[in-house]
Amino acid sequence: MRKVYLDHIAATPLDTRVFDVMLPFLKEKYGNPQSLHSSGQEALAAVEESREKVAQLINSEASEIFFTSSGSESNNFALKGLAMARSSRGKHIVISAVEHQSILQSAKNMEKLGFTVSIVPVDKWGMVDPDDVKKTITRETILVSVLLASSEVGTIEPVGEIARICRSQNVLFFTDAVAAVGNIPVDVKELGVDGLSLAGNQFYGPKGSAALFIKAGTRIFSLIDGGIQEGGRRAGTENVAGIVGLGKAADIAKKEMNQRTEKLNPLRDMLIQQLPQKIDHVILTGHPEKRLPFQASFCIEFIEGEAMLLSLDMNGIAASSGSACTSRALKASHVLLAMGISHAVAQGSLVFSLIEETTSKDISYLLEVFPPVVERLRKMSPLYSKYLEEKKG
Amino acid sequence: MIYSEKVMDHFQNPRNVGIIKDADGVGEVGNPICGDVMAFYIKVKDNRLQDIKFQTFGCGAAIAVSSMVSELAKGKTLEEAMKITNRSVAEELGGLPKNKLHCSNLGADALHKAIEDYKEKQKKKEEEKTPSSADKFHCPYCDGPVEELENYCQKCQIELEPCPECGQPTRKDQEKCVHCGATKVGV
Repeated sequence: MRKVYLDHIAATPLDTRVFDVMLPFLKEKYGNPQSLHSSGQEALAAVEESREKVAQLINSEASEIFFTSSGSESNNFALKGLAMARSSRGKHIVISAVEHQSILQSAKNMEKLGFTVSIVPVDKWGMVDPDDVKKTITRETILVSVLLASSEVGTIEPVGEIARICRSQNVLFFTDAVAAVGNIPVDVKELGVDGLSLAGNQFYGPKGSAALFIKAGTRIFSLIDGGIQEGGRRAGTENVAGIVGLGKAADIAKKEMNQRTEKLNPLRDMLIQQLPQKIDHVILTGHPEKRLPFQASFCIEFIEGEAMLLSLDMNGIAASSGSACTSRALKASHVLLAMGISHAVAQGSLVFSLIEETTSKDISYLLEVFPPVVERLRKMSPLYSKYLEEKKG
Repeated sequence: MIYSEKVMDHFQNPRNVGIIKDADGVGEVGNPICGDVMAFYIKVKDNRLQDIKFQTFGCGAAIAVSSMVSELAKGKTLEEAMKITNRSVAEELGGLPKNKLHCSNLGADALHKAIEDYKEKQKKKEEEKTPSSADKFHCPYCDGPVEELENYCQKCQIELEPCPECGQPTRKDQEKCVHCGATKVGV
């Protein structure tokens, strides 16, 4: 059976060139970067080289990069760490309605510590209006967090503009850029952000290796205390192989990003254009143009996402869904609901996210295999029967 | 795989999918907010579930559960079918993931609802068919209630006999039945 992997947003495959540079650090180069001996110094040099490469990818200084274990850790670190370091000035945090759970839940936890959180709404494309952010900022506001791009609906947010508003109000601005960095050009100086998160498994690097950019001179409260790793801001023995892999992936992304985008954009558009021609009652979720180059997300009406995922998997196709049934918490995606999509329609959420290896044949295969899956499930659906009855009048 | 082989089999090849247009009973549970909607349709003959069909909007577990319930219940008496529990369905399927036990495992509830709906409908039909005897027969003269086998009206003491056509009490010496208009032969 043909295997088609369209779940970039969950994890990208590891680039073999990345794997190759990581391997020695899992085998013979096992030194601890904090050790004085040459084995340790060898590891330290590799870590610092990676820091430089990650910095280059987002146009920051190497000293502004802190390695972490995941995008979620970076987001927790930023939201909690920046808010706590500024809490003497105020205790109001602003986030968007379409943030990743790692921001949303961090903000909720901060409420337990006496902070207040405002959630800025989005339009039907999942787009934040910078004016809404401006209106939400009060004299108490210390931090605004809006993601750069949504993996779930693909929409790219006007982060530069929001950052400008925050700067003029003397409020810190952080952006969760996990879905964006390595896939679209991201320049922290141009955007004017105070903090930004990124993760290796979103651009062909290893899992468990991520980073947080914090603009020089910005105070952050550490969440993991102990040794002096990462400038004393994030203790714990470095994940050397992971960091080396992240650096290499960043290096490759910087060089090959345009090429990847040129290849994936037309394939994504092919899917976005042709799927609604093959299946009726399909809604494209997210912005039609301002979206990630590899992401095509939909809601297929009258049927549920998990059932679709299982059926696609039987055909060798891997994808994602924001339906309640696929989430362990059994709640429909807050992102889709925030965009005004009803619970029933949100249940039909399906996200196809392309990887470098994706070909037009893969997309054709999906377009061939998927319509019968939808037809089969709709035949079973009482919601579809009701719709047909109503249509008949 | 998060599901057992049996679940996957029922998901892939669900038994008894569909609608029974002239169903004797219909039961629907769930709503799209929590995830699943299940609708069961049943045909009952001689107190047995002669036919069952279902439709389900929901995840793989929900579809497999509905299919399994339909299979377990088909041919069973109503009493036996009422004894099928959500738990026994999950067991028959070789287990379900913990988080699916409550939301997707509503098949037995939907079936029970369909059976209750059938019973409710039967009760109504019975009531229509056999209204209390007081309502059933009336004296053609005084309109007082007449018991079925009585041959005279207790109220006005007129002699009565059932009309051979409609069964309503008719005055014994009356040629024409006032209820259905049938003419009695030989008067």
